[in-house]
Amino acid sequence: MGIAAEAIKDFKGFNLKNMPEVEPLSPGHRACQGCGEILALRQAMKALGNNVIVCSSTGCMEIVTSPFPQTAWNVPWIHVAFENTSAVVAGVEAAYKAMNRKGIINQPDVTFLAYGGDGSTADIGIQALSGAMERGHNFIYICLDNEAYMNTGIQRSSSTPWGAATTTSPVGKKSKGQSTWKKDMPGIAVAHNIPYVATASPAFPVDLMNKVKKASMIPGPAYLHFYSPCPTGWRCGGEESVAVARMAVQSKVFPLYEVIDGQYVLSRKVAKPKPVADYLKMQRRFRHLTETDIQMIQERIDADYAELLKKCGVEA
Amino acid sequence: MGKRIGVEVSIAAAEAVALANVDVIAAYPITPQTHIVEHLSELVADGHLDAEFIPVESEHSAMSCCIGSSAAGARTFTATSSQGYALMSEICYIASSMRLPIVMTVANRALSAPISIWNDHADLMMSRDTGWIQTIAENGQEVIDLTFHAFKVAEDHRVLLPVQVNLDGFTLSHMIEPMNMPDKAEVDAYLPPYKPVLRLDPSKPVTFGPVGMPDIYTEAKMAQDQALRNSKAVIIEAWKEFGDKFGRYYKPVETYKTEDAETIIISMGSISETAMTAVDHLRSQGKKVGLARIRLWRPFPGPELFDAVKGAKNLVVLDRAMNFSGGDSGIVAAEVKSILFDQNHHPNVRNFFVGLGGRDVTVQNFEEMVEKASTNGGKPVPYEIINVRE
Repeated sequence: MGIAAEAIKDFKGFNLKNMPEVEPLSPGHRACQGCGEILALRQAMKALGNNVIVCSSTGCMEIVTSPFPQTAWNVPWIHVAFENTSAVVAGVEAAYKAMNRKGIINQPDVTFLAYGGDGSTADIGIQALSGAMERGHNFIYICLDNEAYMNTGIQRSSSTPWGAATTTSPVGKKSKGQSTWKKDMPGIAVAHNIPYVATASPAFPVDLMNKVKKASMIPGPAYLHFYSPCPTGWRCGGEESVAVARMAVQSKVFPLYEVIDGQYVLSRKVAKPKPVADYLKMQRRFRHLTETDIQMIQERIDADYAELLKKCGVEA
Repeated sequence: MGKRIGVEVSIAAAEAVALANVDVIAAYPITPQTHIVEHLSELVADGHLDAEFIPVESEHSAMSCCIGSSAAGARTFTATSSQGYALMSEICYIASSMRLPIVMTVANRALSAPISIWNDHADLMMSRDTGWIQTIAENGQEVIDLTFHAFKVAEDHRVLLPVQVNLDGFTLSHMIEPMNMPDKAEVDAYLPPYKPVLRLDPSKPVTFGPVGMPDIYTEAKMAQDQALRNSKAVIIEAWKEFGDKFGRYYKPVETYKTEDAETIIISMGSISETAMTAVDHLRSQGKKVGLARIRLWRPFPGPELFDAVKGAKNLVVLDRAMNFSGGDSGIVAAEVKSILFDQNHHPNVRNFFVGLGGRDVTVQNFEEMVEKASTNGGKPVPYEIINVRE
């Protein structure tokens, strides 16, 4: 049994009857209505509880939770810069290790969490994240993937899906929006041979919280990729963001899975997938796409999902 | 009372950091800083130093790790040079703004291009406005002593600012010198354990690094500026206590034969030892020459420097970094001129750029500069680069 499997073998999990009441990330923040990021982050924090130190990258979640002199955080929280939250959390974790060992403090059970958006994770911060994962620091990293630089005004990132219109991948006579396919960040994390990688969605809160809790129980780095709808950037209604998140899973666009000690485990098999077109139609960032474009996306999604099933050892 | 050692200065610097009982070191290799962190990693590997050594993937992450570590309450150290300093500089501003007492040794080196691994003060001058306290060592003994002093000042609750100890790359870092290395008990008596005012602690949550809207940013910067200004008194006090305990007294500006000097050289770092040789040589010829050496660069010791040079007719100000102002002065000379502006005494200031990218600076060069400063009759002259090959 691997490190991760061993650590979570007795894990009971959350269900709708034993939801924690604790709110480390409190109400009163300034996120947009319907923000999928803050919803996912709140669920994650409920799962982690209060014995945690949070390192934030620059981005929406930093801006909306910390305008001085207010803070939405009931737990210790630090923001330093955009690209370095993984290095900051590594320093915090190392400090606790040294201080506990030397008897300066007696706090051996603190959880260390770093989070950032997709730009901060897949683009500018990937070096620091890769370094921290490679060195094996005991921390959880959460990528809050809203598929563009939303904080600065909806610019494309390497996590923006093909065809999405953003302010730097606009639709024009010579452009269909984003011209590249979404970077496989969970795959990049898996390639670091860390004990735990998982994808999660705020539309499936129990699944999300259980994955976060497992990540906190497993020694070493854990990487969590959260699908985080952004009504502002995706051009959908704020009240629709959870429905969009659910549709992303149901249409196989964002499959939910875990990678425990390198072994892929499917969280839920999409038996009767909805058409990708239904997912795309919920968001105006895709409204310019033609039937042919959508067909091409459908084929790509089907192929990716088939590949994932193979990795998970699940029959198609 | 310590022991007399003869080792490479970088090794001594690392031993001093270990004696300071540091908890976390995060570092990335860059010439000519490497020997310092190599030796620290050996001390950790051999069990001589109980600390976390984080071999980060870049200098940017080195400083980021240091911020996390220091904010968590650990005594924290790093070292860098040149391009590495440039890469981490974004985060250096944040370290001082967040009032974190990180200590960093910088083995000073030129900046690219063309790439040069050799010594000048380009990295030091680039970092002059990061809000760090900055001291500059002349020799190995000062490197050791300024290291203890750095932790003492940084962690003082009246200061809480990061401190950078500079030493000239190669020309000092790689020299083998005789030094006095204090023993553990002496260092412990001077340097108590770090007690943070605030730290990242789940039992007492605090928010570090929030958003500062326009209604608070100015006040935050003013408070930071005030902290740097106020640190000077603590820096001087910590040197006094160091002298009382170790017998070696330091001050912001060091003088050599300045009492009756007509011409005073103003320098920083190890080049000052060559300058002293030049002063002795010129004195033997009956020329009234002295030296004022800046040991504390930030906060800038204006009154102390003015006191040191006010009797002179001519000042020879050395700059060891190109600063591309397109104007008349290098950075050090501009600082010197600024402290003279409000005074009635306006000596003739001659500004020379020397030693760029490791170019040798000789006693003869100093004599040439002193001669030029003494004979131009007080006419303002733009800076001049010494030793340029035609």
